[in-house]
Amino acid sequence: MEIVLISLLNGLVYGMLLFMLASGLTLIFSMMGVLNFAHASIYMIGAYLAFTVSQVLGFFPALIIAPILCGLLGAAIEIYGLRRVHHNGHIAELLFTFGLVFIIQRGVQMTWGMLPMAYRVPAILDFPLFTVYGANFPAYRGFMLLISAGMLLATWLLLKKTRIGLIIQAALTHPQMASSLGHNVPMVFTIVFAGGCLLAGLAGVIGGNYQTTEPGMAEAMGPIVFVVVVFGGLGSLAGCFIASIVMGVIQTFAVVIDYSFIDFLKPLGISVTADNLLTEILTVPVARIGALLPFAMMILILLFRPRGLLGTRDT
Amino acid sequence: MNGAFGKSWLWIAAVAFALLLPWCFYDFHTARHSGFMLSMLSQMGMMIILALSYNMLLGQAGLFSLCHATFFGIGGYATVHFLNAAGDGDLPLPMEIIPLLGGFSGLGLAIIFGYMATKQRATAFAMITLGIGELMATAALMFHHFFGGEGGVSTNRMIDHSLFGLTYASGVQVYYLILAWTLIATLAMFFLTKTPLGRMANATRDNFERAQFMGYDPRVVRFLQFSLSGLFAGIGGALYAITYEIVTFDALAGPLSANALLMAYIGGTTVFGGPVLGAVLITLLQSGVSLMSNSWLVYVGVLFISMVIFAPSGIAGLIMGHKPILRAGKLGQLVVPYIRVLVPGLLLVLGFVGLVELTSFLTIGAAQGKTLVLGGNKIDVHATMPWLVSAIALFGGGAWLRIEARHFRRVWDGLMADLKSADGKAERVLA
Amino acid sequence: MSIPASGTPALSIREITKSFGQTAIIRGVSLDIAAGERHAIIGPNGAGKTTCFNLISGRFPISSGEIYLNGERIDQLPPHKINRMGLSRSFQITSIFQRMSVFENLRCALLWSRGYRYSFWSPLWMQRELNAQAEFLLEDLNLHTRRDLPAGLLSYAEQRALEIGMTIAGGASVILLDEPTAGMSNTETDYAMDLIRRVTKGKTLVMVEHDMKVVFDLADVITVLVYGQVIASGPPETVRANPAVQEAYLGALVE
Ligand SMILES: Nc1ncnc2c1ncn2[C@@H]1O[C@H](COP(=O)(O)OP(=O)(O)OP(=O)(O)O)[C@@H](O)[C@H]1O
Ligand SMILES: [Mg+2]
Repeated sequence: MEIVLISLLNGLVYGMLLFMLASGLTLIFSMMGVLNFAHASIYMIGAYLAFTVSQVLGFFPALIIAPILCGLLGAAIEIYGLRRVHHNGHIAELLFTFGLVFIIQRGVQMTWGMLPMAYRVPAILDFPLFTVYGANFPAYRGFMLLISAGMLLATWLLLKKTRIGLIIQAALTHPQMASSLGHNVPMVFTIVFAGGCLLAGLAGVIGGNYQTTEPGMAEAMGPIVFVVVVFGGLGSLAGCFIASIVMGVIQTFAVVIDYSFIDFLKPLGISVTADNLLTEILTVPVARIGALLPFAMMILILLFRPRGLLGTRDT
Repeated sequence: MNGAFGKSWLWIAAVAFALLLPWCFYDFHTARHSGFMLSMLSQMGMMIILALSYNMLLGQAGLFSLCHATFFGIGGYATVHFLNAAGDGDLPLPMEIIPLLGGFSGLGLAIIFGYMATKQRATAFAMITLGIGELMATAALMFHHFFGGEGGVSTNRMIDHSLFGLTYASGVQVYYLILAWTLIATLAMFFLTKTPLGRMANATRDNFERAQFMGYDPRVVRFLQFSLSGLFAGIGGALYAITYEIVTFDALAGPLSANALLMAYIGGTTVFGGPVLGAVLITLLQSGVSLMSNSWLVYVGVLFISMVIFAPSGIAGLIMGHKPILRAGKLGQLVVPYIRVLVPGLLLVLGFVGLVELTSFLTIGAAQGKTLVLGGNKIDVHATMPWLVSAIALFGGGAWLRIEARHFRRVWDGLMADLKSADGKAERVLA
Repeated sequence: MSIPASGTPALSIREITKSFGQTAIIRGVSLDIAAGERHAIIGPNGAGKTTCFNLISGRFPISSGEIYLNGERIDQLPPHKINRMGLSRSFQITSIFQRMSVFENLRCALLWSRGYRYSFWSPLWMQRELNAQAEFLLEDLNLHTRRDLPAGLLSYAEQRALEIGMTIAGGASVILLDEPTAGMSNTETDYAMDLIRRVTKGKTLVMVEHDMKVVFDLADVITVLVYGQVIASGPPETVRANPAVQEAYLGALVE
């Protein structure tokens, strides 16, 4: 029982982290029709920047500075890169952000080296928040939940209460109208792209010491975030939220479940003795399948709901 | 008709060249071929197949796939198992046919995954293929029976069964087998572009709605194109397995999918032969630059992004752009402008490479205990001088290039305008 | 003038409606179009003419109602199936394959109806009859001097001609043309109308058109669509005389 509660909480933490990334991706996609492949790379930059800044100024200034730097980087990418390839169509834009992945990946390795950074949870948050049946829930995870919930609220208010938020919302539901709204579209694009990158950067700051800050973190996170976005339905923030949480919970649960398919078949009197690919599939413990689950789930949902959980639009 | 075979002399020359090439590196003292050259050439062959089959999606059907290596890899893994079976005498097939089995494995998997992925197009398609690629890569590390886990699966290609009595003990024999299959695959893919399906793939790429109102279901077009491209990727993977006699996770993971994309795009997706150029170039770079430098991915990445921004039709597209000027016999007028662009361009590249290498040696190189050596001189990466020189070369070259590029643009546009008005005149005379 | 309807109409629309979100764009349109009829749909901007075409051709699903093509129900079918049953359409905004040559555009438009389907085994350069047909179409559209030019580089009028050519190439019996002459000069319009008359001979033609001269020249039946509803439908003389039409629409344009 304790394991369920703790896993649920951990899943929530991870899910919220996913959502911070996925929501930025969704916003950018809905507004500009561009899927930013480099989104997870920005997340990684956020973590590295946070590490460097926190070495000099401490964790809390880094919490502010690193995301802002990521936002600025995003704005630069939009203005000097994306805008130039825009007229060549969406595939060109996709390719552009795809190329960025390589450059950022290697650029980060060149700047910070190949080894993991010693980016640690700040000392004042490094204590167990509470204990459930002997299992600790670290305070830092609580803090992460707080930050991501706060960010969620801030984004929501921004979307509901500001002019630019209304434009973005209109674009979410009627993509073809975005350009006919008569607003300064390029500027809105830059803001949205920078905003998405800012969110990714913030996710990097709080995710960098929750996971490890190392050159492989973008590669590890990227596919999951894309899966979340597709699973939730391209362009749907609500779907994206549900998908993030579901994915977070499933992944944390999978790690602690010590069963394999064959254990479920045992009550039916089925057991395996042979040694081949099929029996291997049946006997692999769920804990190891955890990494595979998100992708399998994505494919499954696409078979039955081609537009994802709550998606309403095609691409 | 002449469209189909117009450039055939170029292809014949390329094949003749490929046939002769191993002998250019033949050491007559030891009576041996250069192992390095042979393996690089073999690698080129399979990469050409991979890039061309990738372009069946990206260039011909406008589909941005991120799981192409899945089919290459599965062709490789399957071939290892086929070879093992053949070696045990369970599969009475000659070596020359086995790549086709690898191809069918690719086809089979592409049919399954294609059914799911081709429900969508454009961005959603790209994301689903990303998911498929990750799924397979994860699965490859998980299931040891088929994939062998981290270590991969290995085989012995000397199955002692060949149509031509060959043993495939030596690298040259394998090279010629690869060359033959590369040719077959290339011709087959070229043929496909000249069929109704190939044409409708172009059509759905340009305007899928119009294709629908002509009776075609764009999804079926995508599906067939995807499956067939999986067939060829599988053949490429089979050749990989035969060459290296071991197939690991690398043959099916994301980086190879990305490589397929890079090769096809840099070479040029709008011309059939473009990906061939890209595959040759990237393989050369990979075996050359990656030996010398840690940062070759940065260079490829920057090259790729520059192409996306400045030359979306790739190297082949750039070359083809010169055709009208060549035909008008005015190529000579571009020589001087080209030199004028090349000099600052070179400066820019040198400056960039300098900065990248300096940075890289400061961190990664230091960690590996390497030092930067240039022309026999050790370079102190902590000194100011090399940084300053590189930075000046980069920014100075960049500024200079901007000016020269504008000049070049003027000359080019002038030439094009000349050609247009000449065309116009010719037409009026005809009319 | 009008050809007497024999048996089932070629195209029959029953009470179709269409809403985008909250707004009803098509508010109950019914029409019967006889085989061989030349039917013009007119109406002010934003009346829903193009939307009607989109519904008939299967581009958008209808909100309610029924559509029959030669007696068979088509309103639940995807566009390619409707096309295979003999209905073809053109677009108000030119919709061609920009990067392919003019010849390839036409040849592609011929493929399905000539039974090639998704063939990846028949080399196109050996299909004598198909190629001859494409060349013939090229001549017919007066585009043979542009044969190998990428379609995106054609002039506007030429692109419109190609659009019409691609629409009729498949041999559909019911042709929907959406403002085929919009944006053309007078001579170009005359030429285009001549072309349309020629290539749609013996077929059922439904055309959206703003140019009243063209409409009254060509149409057997005119339907006036205003704000998503049919306010009049009949032979040109009756429609011209209809006071509601004069008030809503024609008064300003004719005379
Ligand atoms: N996909 C869509 N989503 C929302 N509204 C739409 C859509 N397509 C058309 N409309 C609306 O439907 C109305 C009718 O449009 P439609 O294009 O059918 O008019 P039309 O009669 O063809 O006009 P025109 O003469 O300008 O071509 C317009 O107000 C338009 O804004
Ligand atoms: Mg219209």
